[in-house]
Amino acid sequence: MPVSVRSGTKVWQRRDRNTQLAVWFGWLVATALVVLSWEVISERTMWMFVEDAHIQAADLLGRMVPPRWSYMDRLWQPLWDTLNIATLGTLIAIVLGVPLAFLAARNTTPSVLFVRPLALLVIVASRSINSLIWALLLVSIIGPGVLAGVIAIALRSVGFIGKLLYEALEEIDEGAVEAIESTGASRPQVIGYAMVPQVAPAFAGISVFRWDINIRESTVLGLVGAGGIGLQLEASISQLAWREASVIFLVILVTVLASEWLSARIRHAII
Amino acid sequence: MTTAAIDRARRWRPPPLIANPVLRWALLLGAVVYLALAVSGIPVNWERVSEGLERGGRFLAGFLYPDFSSRFGEIFEGFVESLVMTVVATVLGLLVSIPVALGAARNLAPLPVYYFCRGLIALSRTFQEIIVAILFVAMFGFGPFAGVLTLVFGTVGFLSKLLAEDIEDIDRSQVEAIRATGGSWFQLLNYGVQPQVMPRLIGLSLYRLDINFRESAVIGIVGAGGIGATLNTAFDRYEYDVAAAILLVIIVIVMIAEYSSSAIRRWVQ
Amino acid sequence: MLVIEGLAKQYPTGDRALKGVSLTVPKGQIMALIGPSGAGKSTLIRCVNRLVEPTAGRVTLDGQPITGLSRRGLRQARRKMGMIFQEFALVERLTVMENVLSGRLGYVGFWRSWFRRFPEADVAAAFALLDRVGLAGFEDKRADALSGGQRQRVGIARALLQHPSLLLVDEPTASLDPKTSRQIMRLLQELCRERGLAAIINIHDVALAQMFAERIVGLRSGEIVYDGPPDDVSADILTRIYGEEDWSQTIRLPDEDGEPEMPHADAGAVNRERLAGLT
Repeated sequence: MPVSVRSGTKVWQRRDRNTQLAVWFGWLVATALVVLSWEVISERTMWMFVEDAHIQAADLLGRMVPPRWSYMDRLWQPLWDTLNIATLGTLIAIVLGVPLAFLAARNTTPSVLFVRPLALLVIVASRSINSLIWALLLVSIIGPGVLAGVIAIALRSVGFIGKLLYEALEEIDEGAVEAIESTGASRPQVIGYAMVPQVAPAFAGISVFRWDINIRESTVLGLVGAGGIGLQLEASISQLAWREASVIFLVILVTVLASEWLSARIRHAII
Repeated sequence: MTTAAIDRARRWRPPPLIANPVLRWALLLGAVVYLALAVSGIPVNWERVSEGLERGGRFLAGFLYPDFSSRFGEIFEGFVESLVMTVVATVLGLLVSIPVALGAARNLAPLPVYYFCRGLIALSRTFQEIIVAILFVAMFGFGPFAGVLTLVFGTVGFLSKLLAEDIEDIDRSQVEAIRATGGSWFQLLNYGVQPQVMPRLIGLSLYRLDINFRESAVIGIVGAGGIGATLNTAFDRYEYDVAAAILLVIIVIVMIAEYSSSAIRRWVQ
Repeated sequence: MLVIEGLAKQYPTGDRALKGVSLTVPKGQIMALIGPSGAGKSTLIRCVNRLVEPTAGRVTLDGQPITGLSRRGLRQARRKMGMIFQEFALVERLTVMENVLSGRLGYVGFWRSWFRRFPEADVAAAFALLDRVGLAGFEDKRADALSGGQRQRVGIARALLQHPSLLLVDEPTASLDPKTSRQIMRLLQELCRERGLAAIINIHDVALAQMFAERIVGLRSGEIVYDGPPDDVSADILTRIYGEEDWSQTIRLPDEDGEPEMPHADAGAVNRERLAGLT
């Protein structure tokens, strides 16, 4: 008890003795863990390189400016590809992710015991693996190109859309569901009338949000050969053409800002 | 029922999503045209794809019979590196994020500080981790140090933004009450702000820990340490059973992280 | 003694919440401030401890000018003014004891407050106050586990732990049921009398104001339109403060006591205002 009586007066402490000791012990363990981890990293680092990092940075910057603006002409096609990778990937993910969410949500799944865990496993597998790794895998399987990028984005986004949508489904107001059920509606009707309208804004928001993220991710998929503007970046960096790379960086920056602005506008309009 | 009423009942339709018919049809048409253009613009080498199906089968088979043993040393080292990078980057990122978040909360910070911190956050959020990793590797050399810096950079953008939003949403009256007792600025933070945002801060940090681990598996591809390099090599050598083993470990670690973090979050609530 | 002279406040939006209010509250007086929503009641008491910065005018507490104080001076002056809030404004995730002790923040240094190592005398005083407001044994409960009335008692204990000479009370009963409202008002009245505290109480409920205050000040559109004893508040005066309405059921007759079934028959209007205050 934090309150104890000591020499006649009540004494208050935030935590009692044992809790306080446990807290200190927890901090000690956490600190030790971080220090140990740092030791491992420090061992594997060439400190010589780190020390002259500022020289490297200055050197890099010197080689990046001024950007070679004429390179812009060759970026429009990759930019269009990037946009397509993100958009088509998101669309495929929606088509696959929505049914998955209904299978995963406790209140809509056909079977809590068999279907739900399976759906959850698919969701977590899709989410655990970054789209770049999916791209690595797909490039290795079906060869480099835009198609690999589209599928990589789709595979990563299925889990994202599935997870957020099934959570939204589980959080809906049960009152409306009961009301529709009490009219004698069938299960699909209950879903259509009581559940879908409740999650529709969330669904639209999630889709647009994911599209925004996918624009970002599709700009770098090319680094592993999966199409889009990243291909150009990979080529420029491997040729040490940093003036071209800086143009690409700027294009990516503008694209990302534009997509963020657009998705914010759309989400604002929906909500 | 009057005929007018019947007529009205017959004509009733649910209102369309977009009220303006011109806009509605234009958007639909635009979407169709875009899709046609986008899909037709994808070059597909069907020969290569059909060839790949066999490899895809091998990859799926690799999932059923993952090979942990033949490259155990590399996999183990890679994961240790990924995990230590995750821990260090999350802690460092958290330490940097808190002051940045305080500066980026409109209700606490003066305007110049606010703009500075918001700018910092925007900068960090705009660039993909992988691009940042490329630059840091070029500056600091190959290895986990560049990776840690990359993850810290990403963590600051993520944590500060969400934490700042949370700080902006706190109950003002609790802060006002502490102010009315004559508490100083730091006491205000400690008593009025910290208790309100603490559960969310813990939740966000755990979430970011999870993200950092996943990212650490990627930035290795460009040489910034972690399991990504091993994974990349496995794909390059078409060793799908090794790749499957690595992916399975990633999935399991992410699942463990998710379950334990939701447990911790429930506990701090 | 609190002296307010020509206090004015204009918000950046252009709203003139206060238009030159002058007021003197002697030591130990319980004053109720009534008026419609938006009359500037809340702004007035917040201008006293400068949670809201007044645009013009002077505030003096026990001879010390509050307006014009530096930040540090202001913090020290705020210790002398305990504030009690409508929505209780407890730090919900802290325990009752931590909330009460937060009344000492103006007196202790940062690190002491960080480690919750308050001076023994403060802790003893906190225990005594918790006993006094009827919350003995609640010290380790978290604030969000309490009922409305209990939370307000914690709020009162926090304000009193500052050892103030003045209480600024903002709608103490607006979030409470009628019975609890009376208990809280009675507690405030008793505590003020025990300690010789002056209090300014913003309150929507005219009947409660008449029951527990020694003086009533009516505020309308940032100006004082009534200042006098509670028993002189007539239908005319209420019309002057709030506007036209049938007030005959609202006013407490001077001799009436005991618990009427509805403390205010004009519940509709008052409740609507309460709801407005809540949002």
